[in-house]
Amino acid sequence: MYLTKEEELALSGEYGPAVQKAMEILVALGDIYNADRLIPIKSAQIAGVSYKNLGEYGMQFLRDFVEMGAKVSVYTTLNPAGIGDEEFTEKQQEILDLYRAMGVEITSTCTPYYGPNLPKFGDHLAWSESSAVSFANSVLGARTNREGGPSSLAAAIVGKTPKYGLHLEENRKATHVIKVEAEVKERTEYSILGYRIGEIVKDGVPYIKGIRPDVDDLKAMGASMAASGSVALYHVEGETPEWRVALTDDVEKIAVDKKDLQDVRDRFSAEWGAVDFILLGCPHASLREIKEIAELLRMRNRPLKVPLFVTVSKSVKALADYLGYTEIIERYNGKLLSDVCLVVSPVNEWYSGVATNSGKAAFYFKSFGLNVRLDSLEKIIMEAP
Amino acid sequence: MKLKGRGIGRGIVEGEIVVSRVPLSFLGGVDPETGIITDAESDIKGESIKGKILAFPRGKGSTVGSYVIYALAKSGNGPKALIVEDAETIVTVGAIISGIPLVTGIDIKKLKTGMRVRVNAETGEVEIIGERDL
Repeated sequence: MYLTKEEELALSGEYGPAVQKAMEILVALGDIYNADRLIPIKSAQIAGVSYKNLGEYGMQFLRDFVEMGAKVSVYTTLNPAGIGDEEFTEKQQEILDLYRAMGVEITSTCTPYYGPNLPKFGDHLAWSESSAVSFANSVLGARTNREGGPSSLAAAIVGKTPKYGLHLEENRKATHVIKVEAEVKERTEYSILGYRIGEIVKDGVPYIKGIRPDVDDLKAMGASMAASGSVALYHVEGETPEWRVALTDDVEKIAVDKKDLQDVRDRFSAEWGAVDFILLGCPHASLREIKEIAELLRMRNRPLKVPLFVTVSKSVKALADYLGYTEIIERYNGKLLSDVCLVVSPVNEWYSGVATNSGKAAFYFKSFGLNVRLDSLEKIIMEAP
Repeated sequence: MKLKGRGIGRGIVEGEIVVSRVPLSFLGGVDPETGIITDAESDIKGESIKGKILAFPRGKGSTVGSYVIYALAKSGNGPKALIVEDAETIVTVGAIISGIPLVTGIDIKKLKTGMRVRVNAETGEVEIIGERDL
């Protein structure tokens, strides 16, 4: 990989051990993926935040990096944190403090684009969280690979990333055409469709025909695809910013019909009796989704017997507080949790079953051994005990 | 016999090799306190990689695996060097942050557990310098 004089100096340790270590990571990745050079990034979003995932070893790495004087050089936000017992909370706080010491903005969310980390078309990024990566690439038209924790941190410190993968135009072309031959309207149906597409295309780039999603539907669908497969970029005909340039000649064509979607639905059909909490806001809820939840609760007009958690980013929570939605949700036994994610928390120690409208949450909770009911927002709120 | 691949990181080390024929997950697959392989799908489950040179086709599983490699190195239970057929992000980043020499692009079918090898991360060469004493 070609390095500029400045980059050579960074690699030789001229700017300190932290920059040197970060450069070593980027150069090694550039070499294995045959990048020709490093390119500047506009922002980073770092995984490896929850103590559940990071553990003692990851914390040790962060402590050592801070000790070496690591500082980020571009705008950088974090993945959501976990919640747990007292010891967990203490460790979680230390992790956040370590990131803060490196100059990272402590907005721990999988929807940084609702806050200050909003990329624009064509921006190169080093983002980690799978649904955020999918949204940035597919809906916003920015360019990022699915980074791991240390590689996104290294990119944040240097302010650059190796030019390979989805930073190259040729890798952003569709690998599959998905013809949707079922009526998909409601948001959870988009989530289910995404789940099925992820299973079909795995790490490919799907080009989807026959749907008219709104922006929240796109978020839900992309998150599911990134969980059941490892899709980092998709295109929707007539909708997403790169659909016109996404198709090439020899692309595999696959139809998805009603039966395919029912098959996914059937895997997440726990009875209400097996559900001991409700999770909404995976990925973190938009203000509009919070408004929908509050309005449905008001229509239902009696408190939920199972606790309802709505996970959100700090910035959206502040708006929901200001506009009075938080108060309505709390009135009916709901709670808005900001900056955290239940998928990266030890939920299986507290609960045995969940109802959710998110295909992504359904995928992970099932893998933790929970009973899962995947249903529409309206049905969950109206039919819950 | 010399095998030629691509070196990542720094250093030249010599030692005994442990060869896994299947991809390896470090998160949940290697005990960082002992260096013993615990991955249920591994063909070298129960063997220790402490102080050995570990050869395997490629990494798999969570990217948190990079931190497990770091923990192994920090606690002194890590491998001396890594040899892979195909380097991906988890193993590459793990090796770099831990300062463990890594050589990629090696046909590991040519390697057998117990051989003595010299791994050169500068030139990308793996040299077999002795067979196992039986």
